[in-house]
Formats: sequence, structure tokens, C-alpha cells
Amino acid sequence: MTMLQVRNIETYIQEFHILQGVEFDVPEQEVTVLLGRNGAGKTTTMRSIMGLNPATKGDILFQGESIRELPPHVIAKKGIGYVPEDQDIFSDLTVQENLRVAKRKENEKTEEREKWILELFPDLKIAYTRKGGNLSGGQKQMLSIARALVNETPLLLIDEPSKGLAPIMVEKVMEALNVIKQTTTVLLVEQNFRMASKIGERFYILDEGRTVHHGQMRQLEEDKELRQKYLGIA
Amino acid sequence: MNVNFKKRMLTPDTQHSSTLMDRNTWRKKQPWVFIAICFVMLLLPLFVTQSSMLFLLTNIFILAVFAMSYDILLGYTGIISFGHAMFFGFGAYSVALSLTYIEQAEVALLVALLAGVSFSVIVSFFVGLLSLRLKDTFYALITLAVATIFLVIAEQWRSFTRGDEGFNFTAQVPTELFGFINLIDRQTVYYLAFLFLIVMFLVLRQFIYSPVGRTLQAIRENESRVSALGYSIIRYKLISTIVAGVVASLAGMMYAVSIRFVNPFSTMDVDVTIDALLMVVIGGVGTLYGAIIGAGVIEIASHWLMGMRDVHPIFERWVILFGLVFIMSILFFPAGIVGTVREKWSKRKGKRSSQK
Repeated sequence: MTMLQVRNIETYIQEFHILQGVEFDVPEQEVTVLLGRNGAGKTTTMRSIMGLNPATKGDILFQGESIRELPPHVIAKKGIGYVPEDQDIFSDLTVQENLRVAKRKENEKTEEREKWILELFPDLKIAYTRKGGNLSGGQKQMLSIARALVNETPLLLIDEPSKGLAPIMVEKVMEALNVIKQTTTVLLVEQNFRMASKIGERFYILDEGRTVHHGQMRQLEEDKELRQKYLGIA
Repeated sequence: MNVNFKKRMLTPDTQHSSTLMDRNTWRKKQPWVFIAICFVMLLLPLFVTQSSMLFLLTNIFILAVFAMSYDILLGYTGIISFGHAMFFGFGAYSVALSLTYIEQAEVALLVALLAGVSFSVIVSFFVGLLSLRLKDTFYALITLAVATIFLVIAEQWRSFTRGDEGFNFTAQVPTELFGFINLIDRQTVYYLAFLFLIVMFLVLRQFIYSPVGRTLQAIRENESRVSALGYSIIRYKLISTIVAGVVASLAGMMYAVSIRFVNPFSTMDVDVTIDALLMVVIGGVGTLYGAIIGAGVIEIASHWLMGMRDVHPIFERWVILFGLVFIMSILFFPAGIVGTVREKWSKRKGKRSSQK
């Protein structure tokens, strides 16, 4: 079953026509990766799904229901978690407070999920009372993912989780994502092809605001020419 | 390898753990500092018998509450208002009008409380609803416009508000409220204002540490992120503006009880809002007790500079000097008094622990 369907969406940021026909499907219980060079429209696609940069044309269906015209807070409540590219930690709040804000409601379920998250990211457990602004880059990334997961989240959108992280932190985040994908459908934007290929099952390539290619991740790993053409990597 | 550097390599989190320890020690000490300050303030009227000094301190307590209400908007939600004084004016006028037009003092004050609070809730709700959906700058401009409308109404509706001459209702202020409270007695008003400050401080502190308060702080930091976490931004901003409006209105009521006189310009003018803004900025934005310190500094400084007029003619222009002091303090202490002290404190402790 398809969790998310993005149908030929077009998005403007001010007068700039950023997305000019993006379409893809995110099947349930899989990791779908959006690839493309810088400026291809990957982040705008994520923000359009969340309603932060609403698409002006096309449609976005989540579990069969159109969400294109909904405000971000309603989309989030429907069960889409979003981990933005720049993490956006609330730097004046502690790790605990960041998680509390993310919970919306405190009940047994969210308590249990928080426990699970702290087991998944032991670094956050250690830094529990520390302010967001005092965390390392890796810890911020973990907290950003943790915040998106603390509620029931059937679909998780993650934008470049390895960006700016030390290799050891990338490994930790990757390990966590491998656990998360067992219970959650993931749409991942990732420039680090090694990480993307280890986690992802299928891919879509965006170029100049359009979907230009898609397939199974295995195929892309084997197709040097395609990687060179659209991603600029051998 | 340098020994200190080695130590730091082995304990990379020393600085953090020390600041955390400082914060914890400070938190443990906080109630005692609070009790000590309360104790001094309670004993003060026994030693300070000058009516003008008690009046100044009473004013500081009341304006501190008004400044705290502004801090909820600016410091904890990131909204700037240029018309916040209108809520202060609603409170002040509700007391003045009630005491003037209603004979029994207890009933008059109850009516004033209900009228001031409900009017503030309604106005802050509709002004917020109109403007907060757009950019926050619209809120600043719309509050200024609405405050100006109420200022003009207070000024022009002479038959009801007595226009810009205002109300002097000393004769109506009760001397035996509930049979024992004399609101003419300066010492009694001092204690009432102090109690008012303590209660409002504790209530607002509780508010900022509540889930709503935390969400507001998160909104201040990153609105779109909070929205993507599933919160309706407008709803939370409305809560903030209503809380700030009601608290400002309560401060206005207390102000009217203390001063026994209201006119449009001393309660609703944009200058009154700017004063609150300065108190918050000088004391430290988003700290709550910074607003109390800011109110103290500004009131004492203006009182002192005004008194200096007799010493030298240059102090006739004390407002200009006052302005210069503000500019300097904002340039050199952008985090305000509380913010700067906090920064210095944690830096000093951080240095100390890394030297160990």
C-alpha cells in the first residue's frame, strides 16, 4: 500500500518557480530516497509536503487523503513527522523540554515512545537536562529525529540527516535510522550516497524541480553512468 | 601535550557540567534569595517612613508587573506591541470609573475587576485574531492603532471619562475596605502592591514553565518548526496576548488604587508602552525577573535625575540624559542586566572549572 503520493506538484517561493512537476510514491514500510544535486528542489519538496511552502498545483495524498491545502499543524497531527535540514532545535529549551513540546499531549503512549527514543539515542539520555543550544551537531540531529518520533508517526520525512556531521555521528544516525525504518515509513533526502544506498530501498531523482528518474536503489548502485549524469558522482 | 589540554580532552564536558551544576546550585538557592528579598521588603516600611520613598517603591512594584506582562509578549513569544498600555489603561479606568460611579467600594472594585479583565480579554482576542495571522509587525501596528482609538475615546468622551483632565478620585478611595483595609494609607498600599507583585510573579513563572509557556518559547525561537510539530501558532499567540493583556490590566487597576488619579496620557499613551519595553530590555528580555529589575532601575534613575534639576540646569533636560543612558546600555549590554550577569557568571565558572 502507498503511504504518500505526490502528484505533479508545483511550488513557488516568492516569484521563483522551484518545483515544476514533482511526482513520486512512498510505499508503506519502506525507505524512499530523494536524490539530486543542490538546488534540485528536494528540501522544497519536503516543505511542500509539510505545508510550509504550500504547492500551488498538483496534489499530495497521505493515506489516500489530500493534504495539499492543509496548514502544517494539521498535517503534522495526521501523523507526518518532519526532521528539517538545519535541525531547528529550540536552543533555549533543554532536551527534555524539546521532547515535551514535541509531544503535544503527555500520556502513557508518548511516555513509552520517549523511553524507546532514549534507548535509541543514549546520547540524548546523557544530555537530557542540557539546553539545545549546548548540544553537539550530532546530538542536535538525534534530538531533531527524536522530536519527530515522539508522537505516533506513520511517516517520517528526514532532510539530509548526515549534513555537517562527523563520520562517527553519521554512523550513529544511520544505525538509528535502520531501527526506525522497521516500524516507520521514511522519506529521506540525502546527499551522502553511501548512507542513502545503505538505508534506502527505492529512489527518485529530482533535477531542476522535476522528477527525472526513479527505480530500486540496487539499480542505481550498479549504474555508474546514471549516478554521474544526475548526481555528479562516480 | 599541555596538561590542561589533556585534562580537557579527557573530560570534554567539564564546562557543561559546571554550568549545569551552577544552574542547579542557583536553583537550590533561588527560594532562599526570594525569601530574603521578601523579608527585606516587608521590613522596609518600618525603617523608611518617607512617604515619597514608599510611593516610589509602590510604583516600582506595580510597573514591574506591567513590564512582566510585556515580557510575556516580547521575551517569551517574540511579539512586539506598541499599544500594550491600552490594557493598563483599561484597568486604571475601570477602577476610576467604578469608584466614581458606584457608591459601595467593595462592589465598585469587584465591578472594576470584572470589567477590566473581560474588556482586556475581548480586545486582546480580537486584535490578535485580526493581526497575528499576518506578520508580527502587523500586531505592533494594529495595537498602536487600537490603543490610539481608545486614547482618543478617553480624551473626547468628557461626560463619562472627564477627558484629558482625568479623574481625581481620592475622595472615593475606601478607607475601610472590607472593614479593615485603608487604601489611603501609603504603607497599606505599599504592602498590597508588594503582595500583588509576588503573586503575579509566581503566577507568571508557573505560566512560563507550563506546557503552554514552553510552546510559546519554542514559537519565539522557530515558528514554522513548531507548526510542523502540530501546533496551531495563532492559538498559542492568542493565549500569550490574552495573558499579557489581562496582567497589564490588573497592573493598571493597582496603579489607579495607588495614584488615585488617572488621565489618558498617564495610562494609555504610547510612552507608557515604550517605558515597559525599556524596562524589559534593560532588565533582560525573556527572564521575567529582569522586568522587575528593569522597572526598579528606570523608576529610580528617573526619580534621581528629576531630583538633580535643582543641582544643575543641565538636568532640566533629564529625559535626554535618560535617553543617552538607554542607548548606551542597549549598545553595551544587549542581553540586559540579568542576561549579562548570567553570561558573565557562566563564563567565569566555565573558566574556573577548565583551570582545575
